[in-house]
Amino acid sequence: MAAAAPVAAVREPDPRAVGRAHLAKQVRTQVVPRVLLVLLSGFYLLPLYWMLVNALKGNAELTQSPPTWYPHDPQWSNFQRATEVFPFALFLRNTSIITLMTVVGVALSVPIVAYGFSRIDWPGRDKLFYVVLATVFIPYPALIIALFDIFARLGWINSFKPLIVPFFFCFIPAPFWIFLLRQFFLQIPQEISDAARLDGASELRILYQVLMPQSWPALCAISLFAALNAWNDFLGPLLYLQDESKYTLSVGLTFFQSQSSYDIKFNLLMAASTLVILPVVVVFLSFQRFFVEGVTVGSLK
Amino acid sequence: MATRAIPADGASPAVTAHYLGLTRREWKSLGTGLLFVSPWLAGFVVFLLYPIIYTIRISFTDYTGFGTPNFIGLDNYSKMVQDDRFWLAIYNTLYYTALAVPIGVVMAMVLALAMNQPLPEVPVYRAIIYIPSVIPLFTLAFIFQILMNPTQGIFNQFLIRLGLPNINWFGDPRFAKLALVILAQYGAGQAAIIFLAGLKGIPGSLYEAAALDGAGVWRKFANITLPLMTPVILYDIILGLSLGLQIFTQVYIISGDPPGGPANSTLVYVLYLYLNGFRYGAMGYAAAMAWVLFVVTMVIALVIFKTSNRWVHYGTSG
Repeated sequence: MAAAAPVAAVREPDPRAVGRAHLAKQVRTQVVPRVLLVLLSGFYLLPLYWMLVNALKGNAELTQSPPTWYPHDPQWSNFQRATEVFPFALFLRNTSIITLMTVVGVALSVPIVAYGFSRIDWPGRDKLFYVVLATVFIPYPALIIALFDIFARLGWINSFKPLIVPFFFCFIPAPFWIFLLRQFFLQIPQEISDAARLDGASELRILYQVLMPQSWPALCAISLFAALNAWNDFLGPLLYLQDESKYTLSVGLTFFQSQSSYDIKFNLLMAASTLVILPVVVVFLSFQRFFVEGVTVGSLK
Repeated sequence: MATRAIPADGASPAVTAHYLGLTRREWKSLGTGLLFVSPWLAGFVVFLLYPIIYTIRISFTDYTGFGTPNFIGLDNYSKMVQDDRFWLAIYNTLYYTALAVPIGVVMAMVLALAMNQPLPEVPVYRAIIYIPSVIPLFTLAFIFQILMNPTQGIFNQFLIRLGLPNINWFGDPRFAKLALVILAQYGAGQAAIIFLAGLKGIPGSLYEAAALDGAGVWRKFANITLPLMTPVILYDIILGLSLGLQIFTQVYIISGDPPGGPANSTLVYVLYLYLNGFRYGAMGYAAAMAWVLFVVTMVIALVIFKTSNRWVHYGTSG
């Protein structure tokens, strides 16, 4: 702008034209994007809004057609009732155990593997890393027939093991997280490792005492992704968990909803869904930075 | 990248003697390296490589999940070619993917371009748009049943106000797949965040130079933004296609029991695979379907990668 000013002064353009150009730019960079983003924000908020509205409706208001746009008589007790009509505490406990153990598995294995693919120089390393990247594209459903049979022969069906143990061994989508952490490790100057090596530190010590303390944003992102992956999983629990007492929130709520004998009303299902989503949204809003950084590091070379 | 460490101390020929093409030092580093990546390597062999090979083996049998499987050659594959529901599942899946992925790319691009403007409240939009990507898909599936319900949903209230017909989204075979495409757009927020980071990485000097040449907004987008964004778009398309072909959870939950309705209009590939393997006791047939899914996904990814040099711009700025 400053550079353009003297040129404009020489030509002495019509001030109205300058005003129009300025207005056009304002419309383009302020008005249009803002209107668009407000409308699209509405679109993206709509499911959560409708979930909350219906979670708070009483049974009579729930079946009203056309629907009321907000709960006229909010039933806050629906949340309490939702935890009673479903074995909510049990499902929550199961989901939490699986989520926690998945994070433990990922936190133990991914840093070591990422270190091996970035900070140690060995022949064939980068070729093997291409294999890691390629596995990202393997469709999980293509494995379920064989995996189910393998887990059945191990006697793991109807236990949490098929959902947890593979994550101690970087099962998909962990290759994403290996990639993410590797990118992070590569940015840390090699001299730091070399200095530690001269002091006689082992590779493991360099990883845990030098690199990991500097990589905590990436480690946070990975842990969050691993937790979300476990918390949100549906197909895995559907395949491997058979007793109701083993169900996670995902298959548990689906099971109860589909059984007409339980006659779960939608307001209670929405209340239960709210309780499932709430921790995710709280964690997301608290750690938004790590999510955004984690997602973008993985994609921009 | 893998420049091997050359001994700085001017090692004597005796020290750098080669064993099978590698020096003693390289053998040692190979050992350490493999030890570090061994968790992944073990997982790769046990949970990926072995299941893939095992799937091929089952696909040549009449395995039901119990008892001893009998070898039946290519019977499952020839049955597949003649199975109308198999082709219907492929049609439904491709229909869904062919709409959901391109619309998702455009949606993410529009969102990213809008959020790339100097508005102070962009972080708020970013959070709102990203949240549906992180919440569990199964809850989104629950919500959609009431959100797009013709009598109790708010979505159709908007349609009616716009003078559009009151569509029974998940009850009408003509619209059920479209409703799934709409649901898929709630995942576009994540792609938008990635695109936005890509846009921020484009040097401003390019736009200034283009402006001096008299380029307008549209030409700047077509000649600078779009070419420089192609690597990010490629990544999104490959991932989107792969996930699109795997669609299962939302269909399983929304389409009721037996899933895939109404009138098989949402019988998607993985759902049919699941039904064969775990409801119809046709593990052998499901394994053949799984193997086809694996090959098709890998071939699509490979073809896109191989043809990408024609349209993907890997500039020096990246």
